[in-house]
Amino acid sequence: MNVAVNNSGRDYAELVSKDRVKTSIYSDPALFEIEIEKIFNRTWVWVGHVSEVPDKGCFKTSWVGTQPVIISRDRKGEIHVLVNRCRHRAATVCEHSQGKTSSFQCPYHGWGYALDGSLRGVPYSEGYEENFDKSQFGLKRLEASVYAGMIFASFNPDVEPLEDFLGNARLWIDLFMKQGGGFPVKVSGEHQFSFPGNWKIQLENTTDAYHFPVVHKPFLQSLDSETEDLFSFLDGDGFVEDLGNGHSVMVMMPELIDLDDDKGWEIPKRFAELAEALRGKYSEDQVRRIVKAVGGVGFNLNLFPNAACSLSFFRILRPVSANQTDIRHIALGMDGGPEEANQMRLRLHEHFQGPMGFGSPDDAEVWERVQRGTAGGPDLDIMVNRGDGLEKDGPNGLPQGNVSAETGMRAAYTMWKRMMSQ
Amino acid sequence: MNELVKIEDSISLREAEEFLWLEADTLDRADYGAWLKMWVEGGYYVIPLKPDESDFKNTLNIAYDDAHMREMRVERLQGGFAISATPAARTIRFLSRLVLQEAGKGFLKVRSAMHLTEDKFGRQRTFVANVEHYLVRQDGELFIRDKVIRLINADGVLTSISYLF
Repeated sequence: MNVAVNNSGRDYAELVSKDRVKTSIYSDPALFEIEIEKIFNRTWVWVGHVSEVPDKGCFKTSWVGTQPVIISRDRKGEIHVLVNRCRHRAATVCEHSQGKTSSFQCPYHGWGYALDGSLRGVPYSEGYEENFDKSQFGLKRLEASVYAGMIFASFNPDVEPLEDFLGNARLWIDLFMKQGGGFPVKVSGEHQFSFPGNWKIQLENTTDAYHFPVVHKPFLQSLDSETEDLFSFLDGDGFVEDLGNGHSVMVMMPELIDLDDDKGWEIPKRFAELAEALRGKYSEDQVRRIVKAVGGVGFNLNLFPNAACSLSFFRILRPVSANQTDIRHIALGMDGGPEEANQMRLRLHEHFQGPMGFGSPDDAEVWERVQRGTAGGPDLDIMVNRGDGLEKDGPNGLPQGNVSAETGMRAAYTMWKRMMSQ
Repeated sequence: MNELVKIEDSISLREAEEFLWLEADTLDRADYGAWLKMWVEGGYYVIPLKPDESDFKNTLNIAYDDAHMREMRVERLQGGFAISATPAARTIRFLSRLVLQEAGKGFLKVRSAMHLTEDKFGRQRTFVANVEHYLVRQDGELFIRDKVIRLINADGVLTSISYLF
């Protein structure tokens, strides 16, 4: 029998077919718990960026699935990801989102932990038996690994190496990071918002070019004509490629895949003033490189299950419950780069992203409408068949579809099915 | 004559309060065209992310709008194409606890507390903020030069907002 059946006898594989998924995968609370267990508690999950913990002693709180974690950089500069829960009676040991410290101390009974999570101090320790072994009571530590500045963590001690998991996506991550324009990429702020809907609705959206001219018409209307042309990519030569392991890339502007490729690129009018401001301080080659980097890359890279490198920012999802998902839109800047360029990047981010951007609220609205709509026709399916049958083999032997094909969603659901069947 | 000029120039807290209430009512009625006319050019409409932020230009904000961005934002909300604003949430807001921050010839800086409730899809959500107004008098009329809305949870997890504070 080649179907996945868990202990309760439930067949998860049958919820996903090649071109459609069952409506219940957006709304079933019991299924959500299994997803957390089989996906978020098993694979690599994006937790942060190295620039959020730049120095020794820096920490940042984050999440792996539904579990609160702390990213910490110890005195040797090594990064650790620790469950934010005292090993004594479970209180969180850190409620600051970001900062610098020499240790984490539980507020309840004062257990103190080092930056690597090891238990250092237990007040009134004479109250414990002599053989109480502190080495067994450090903060729970996850596997942690960094690729191109992005920190991933996993609860699975046997998880495959991060590089293998990312696989074909690595090339695209490397291309994405070129938007440092010769400087390291750093986090320069983030918007956070919640929508009442399932996490997979957001996962799908980052690889959905089809919605762009419909949902984002008011954003397009707010652009100059040259930039509006750039964002009118449904008629262009873009494509979506399945990268394996649930990852996919959606190329919207093929001319902006490799930002270092300067051939034939002209400085857009919207950046002319910026270029002029930089000319006194940088060579013309550098000016062109920085200005091109300011606009970001021309693709969205979806990393299963919770991250996307989207044009010029990170989009990180956190599953809260079957019908609630929290989202971070993390703005990126050039670390040590020109102030004018970083200001421009901030303004571009504010224009589209965040709870009051010209794009995100409309995205959030349609995602909520999807969730609301699933109350009707539970017997009907969610269709992810756009481009199915029209794909060709991409460079990795995996499907490549037209820019608006739902190839990336099928890639994600193939991985979902694989993980849920394990 | 001198006295007249003096009255013309200074802005009393009571006058500012009436103006702020008029603005609040204008926003609750989503009469954004009228709201745009309450501004002088050159200033900013800002919703910062950090509670005590003052360097808006070099930090990420929820909104950082000059006159052009304000106009575009109003177009977006009124154009009928933004699905999140069609229909928009209904709002009712209170502004109170006015505190004078600074006053001088022809200007007044005032901080107030705002409590707003929105209603959409039969669900109500609340936003609370400290609001800073930089008001100026021009040709006898009051105008907004700058407005900074410091949402109590700006750096937390918000929900999408389809109207103006």
